[in-house]
Amino acid sequence: MLAFIIRRLLQSVVVMLTVSLIAFTLFRFVGDPINQMVGIETTAEERAQLREQLGLNDSVPVQFSRFVANAARLNFGNSYQFKTPVIDLIKDRFPATMELAFASALFALLVGIPMGVYTAIDRYAILSNVFLSISLIGISLPTFLIGILLIFLFPVTLGVLPSFGRGEVVRLGFWSTGFLTASGLKALVLPAITLGLFQMTLIMRLVRGEMMEVLRADYIKFARARGLSNRAINFGHALKNTLVPVMTITGLQLGSIIAFALITESVFQWPGMGLLFLKAVQNVDIPIMSAYLLLVAFIFVTINLIVDMLYAVVDPRIRIDTKVA
Amino acid sequence: MTADTNDAVAVQRKPSWLRAIRDSDIVYSFLRSNVTIAAATVTIIIVLAALLAPVLAPQDPYDLRQLSIIDSHIPPVWQKDGDARFLLGSDDQGRDVFSTILYGSRQSISIGVMATVFAAILGIALGLIAGYFGGTVDAFIMRAADIQATFPAILIAMLVDGTSRALFGSQRNDQVVFWVMVLSIGLSFWVQYARTVRGLTLVEKSKDYVLAARLIGIQPLLILFRHVLPNVVGPVLVIATINLALAIITEATLSFLGLGLPSTQPSLGTLIQIGQKYLFAGEWWIAIFPGITLAALVLAVNLLGDWLRDALNPRLR
Repeated sequence: MLAFIIRRLLQSVVVMLTVSLIAFTLFRFVGDPINQMVGIETTAEERAQLREQLGLNDSVPVQFSRFVANAARLNFGNSYQFKTPVIDLIKDRFPATMELAFASALFALLVGIPMGVYTAIDRYAILSNVFLSISLIGISLPTFLIGILLIFLFPVTLGVLPSFGRGEVVRLGFWSTGFLTASGLKALVLPAITLGLFQMTLIMRLVRGEMMEVLRADYIKFARARGLSNRAINFGHALKNTLVPVMTITGLQLGSIIAFALITESVFQWPGMGLLFLKAVQNVDIPIMSAYLLLVAFIFVTINLIVDMLYAVVDPRIRIDTKVA
Repeated sequence: MTADTNDAVAVQRKPSWLRAIRDSDIVYSFLRSNVTIAAATVTIIIVLAALLAPVLAPQDPYDLRQLSIIDSHIPPVWQKDGDARFLLGSDDQGRDVFSTILYGSRQSISIGVMATVFAAILGIALGLIAGYFGGTVDAFIMRAADIQATFPAILIAMLVDGTSRALFGSQRNDQVVFWVMVLSIGLSFWVQYARTVRGLTLVEKSKDYVLAARLIGIQPLLILFRHVLPNVVGPVLVIATINLALAIITEATLSFLGLGLPSTQPSLGTLIQIGQKYLFAGEWWIAIFPGITLAALVLAVNLLGDWLRDALNPRLR
C-alpha cells in the first residue's frame, strides 16, 4: 500500500512539474514580460534594471526553479491588468466558484440518482423515456446554450429569478458566501442548474446502467425469493451497491465542474475564478493564466490522487497490479 | 473476375468497396433505426444548407454594402413588425438572421471538421508510432497523453488561443483566427485517438502479415502507414464522429466566450453571443434561432455517432 501511495504521489509531482513548465514557458517566452509591466516612456536602462531585478537574465533552469518555488508559495507575481498580486485576485474569486461548483454537484446528485433509479426500475414507463430523452439533450447541448435558454425562459419570459451576479454575499473571514441571503440563494439557482445538468445526466445514466446490472445479480433474486419488499430490494440492496462507482465518477467530475464553471460564469456574469481567467485570456494577462492553470491542475491532480487511494482501499486488486499507470 | 468465382473465393478476395457497403450490417442497422435516419436527414440538411449558403442566403452577411442599419432589430416575419425580406428577423447590424445562420453553420462545420481531421491525423500518427516502436517513444507519447487527458479540452483550447493572441498581437486577422481555432481544438482532442490506435497497433503488430512485411524488408514507416493503418481505422471513425459533435460544441463555446471567430465572420457561437445581449430587450430571435440550429446539428451528429458506435461494436451484435 505504501509503495502504491508513493508511486502515485511521484506521478502527481511529475504532472504538476510538467504543467508548471508549460505555465513557465507561457510566462517567460510568450511576449516580453517587461514590456507588459512597464509603460512606453520607460527608458532602456530602467528596463534593463528591472530585467536584472526580476532575474530574467539568469539561465532558464534557474528561472524555472525560482518559478516553481514561488508558485509553491502561491506567489504568482502581479497581474498585468490590475497591477495587484494574482493570488489576492484568485482568493477573492475562489469562494464564488467553489459555492457554484458545490451547489451544482449537489443538484446533479440529488436529481440524477433518483432519476437513474427510476429509469432502471421502471424501464418501459413513459416517464423513463422522457427522462432518457432529457438526458440525451443534457449531454448534447453546449453548457452556454442551456444557460441562455434558461435565462430566456425564467428571467426574461417569466420574470422570476435573477439572471446575473451572485446577489448579496456575507463575509465570513476570508470567505464570502451567498448561501446565507435570500438573494444569494436565488441567484445560485440558474447557474447551478446550468452547470450541473451535464453531470446530472451523466450520473443518471451511470446509476441506471449500474442498477440494471445489479438487479440481474443473484443476491437480488435471493432477496426476492426471501420475500423482501421491492422498496427494501431496490434501495437497501441494489442502490447501495451502485453507489461506489457513482461516488468515484462524481469525485472525478468535481474537477471538471470547477473547470467548466468558467462557461457558466461567463453566461451569468458570476464573479468567480473562471470569469477572471476568461478576461485574462482576452487581455493576455499571462500571470493570471498561468496561476489559474496551475490551480486547476492542482485541483485535478489532488482529486485524482484521493480517488485512486480510496479505490485502492476499497479494491485490493489495484494495489497488487503494479503496472497500473 | 474469373468464371470460377464461388462464394469461398469471394470471401477471401477483397470484395469491391461498393458491394461491401451494400451488404454490410451497417446499412442494415441504419435502415432499421428511425432515429438514426432522422438524425442523418437533419445532418444532411444542415450541411447542405451550409455548403450552399451563397446560393440559398437572401443576403451576403459579409458584404457590408448590402447591410443597412435601418433594417436592424426587425422581428421574424410572423410577428407584428416583421419584414418579408427577413424571414427570421434581423440582428443589430441589419443582417438577415437566416443568412447569418447559413454562413455561421458553414464556419462552425468547417472548423469542426478540420479540427477533427487534424486531431485524428495527429492522434493516429502518434498512436501508431507509440504502439509500433514502443520503449521510450511510447512512454513519452503516452505520458504526454495522460497529462493532457487530465484537463478538459476547452481549457487547452483556451490556452492555445490565449498564446496565439500574445504571439500574433494585432496581426490576428480573420484568416489567422480560423486556423488558430482549428489548431487549438485539434490539439485538445488527439489523446483519445492516440490511445485507441496505440492499443490496436499493439495487437496488429504481432500478426503474421506485419511479421511477413518486416521479413521482406519493408521500411517500418511504410509498414505502419500502408499495412497497419487500414486495419486500425474502423474504431477511429467512431471516435471521429463523436468528436465532431464535441469539436463543434467547443468551437461554439470559444466563440461564445469571445475567444473565437469575430462578429464580422460569425460562427453559430458568435451569433449566440451577439444575440445574448438583446435577449433582455425581448429580441429573442437573434440568439434563439442560431441556438436551435446549433442544438439540432450537435444532437444529430451525436446520434449518428452513437449509432455508428453500436453498429461497429461486435459485442453488441
